[in-house]
Amino acid sequence: MKKLITVAITVLLLWANVAYAGSTGSEKLKKSSSSSANECFEGFSRAMFSFNQAVDNVVFEPIAKGYRVLPMVIRNGTSNVMINISNLLTIPNNILQGEFGQAGNTAARFAINTTAGVLGFFDPAEKIGFPDRGKEDYGQTLGVWGTGSGCYFVLPILGPTTVRDFAGTVANIWGDPWYSMTVSSHPMMAEGLFNESDYYIEKGTTAVDFRAKNIESFDNIEKNSIDLYASIKSFYLQNRNKKINNSDTIVETQDESDWEEIDTN
Amino acid sequence: MKRNFFIFCAKFFLLFLFFNNAFADGSDPKQFIQEIVDQAKEILVNSNSDKYKSDKLTEIALATVDINGVGYYTLGSYRKDLTKEQKKEYTILFEKYFLKTFVSRLTDYSEPKIDVVSAVKKNEKYTIVSSILLATNKRAEVKIDWRVYTKDPDKPLIRDLIIEGLSLARTQKEEFSSIIESNDGDINALFSKLKEFINS
Repeated sequence: MKKLITVAITVLLLWANVAYAGSTGSEKLKKSSSSSANECFEGFSRAMFSFNQAVDNVVFEPIAKGYRVLPMVIRNGTSNVMINISNLLTIPNNILQGEFGQAGNTAARFAINTTAGVLGFFDPAEKIGFPDRGKEDYGQTLGVWGTGSGCYFVLPILGPTTVRDFAGTVANIWGDPWYSMTVSSHPMMAEGLFNESDYYIEKGTTAVDFRAKNIESFDNIEKNSIDLYASIKSFYLQNRNKKINNSDTIVETQDESDWEEIDTN
Repeated sequence: MKRNFFIFCAKFFLLFLFFNNAFADGSDPKQFIQEIVDQAKEILVNSNSDKYKSDKLTEIALATVDINGVGYYTLGSYRKDLTKEQKKEYTILFEKYFLKTFVSRLTDYSEPKIDVVSAVKKNEKYTIVSSILLATNKRAEVKIDWRVYTKDPDKPLIRDLIIEGLSLARTQKEEFSSIIESNDGDINALFSKLKEFINS
């Protein structure tokens, strides 16, 4: 099984590189400075998008609305616990990206919040000078290393992705210490302390927490889009680009020439 | 004579102050956004009717957003292929579409509390003004950046809203492009979609 996944990752990475290398010089310039990506198989992706919307309407949105009934302090605490667990994936990616200072900050946050913060429910680390600098994953690491996004597609349930991010998603499972602690129960990684269901509960809760935080935003986008699929694609690609650049503002992520065009034509 | 001279000086001074303030208002993008935010706060109070909110927000958009500029940006390179008549039709349709989405997006935020925090001048034409929509018990804090077009320093205009680093103008551009591309480059498909949206 592991062999199969290794082969799949290699093929996908090659595919991503071929897709990138196959572009002309001008396209390359444009892609490196913007967040655009071609479609892999748009028909399939649009069908998956509709399927995901239906699942969201029936499953995730009602659960998220129910979750929103909980008191704010519970929701914030739950969100903090999920963020704290995700630090385990962020640390190796900080290191792989050469961000050793960030890795130290993330490790300190994890240690402080797991102990003094009661398994991450509270965030005392923030108050004593270790701010949350965001999650990192293997897809972002590949981006930092210069791998092009490859083409864009939509997966059932998991949603939008690119070839690079899909490879990252696979690595996010096998290269996640939390996965080793729970599902694969590695002897060096808190053996016996957690079980497989903890991993899936964490993933499910993270998804519901994210959905609950964005109920109004999603409704707003849906109401104001004339092509919702294209809107979500644009938001996804811009967001990934922003995360790879570790940028909070548009200043570094938007191609200025797009705007300059208006004045010159 | 002395008294007349004094009155003349006083009038001149007041006139100077007036023009100086008017210029300062127009040339400072941060203050420009602060004024818009303050107006929006007053409009979006729960006691105001939806009609009132919609009318007032439309007024603000017409006065402070470069709707034509955003429209041309949104159309991307396709605008070069438009005939004069198509350009005219697009301008009218885009303005209606833009105002409808603008009002709809903002009226979802009742009594918003926005802090305008800083401004970064990118070049002579653009300044990015940063603000924060404060958290409520329903949603987390949201960072909102405003792309202000300052080519005419006396009349700054908004060209984009960037929510948590995601550009609304760029998203709109990619949405329009997707519709045109999936209809073999036919601009009329976009016009139909816009009409459908405006009349919905």
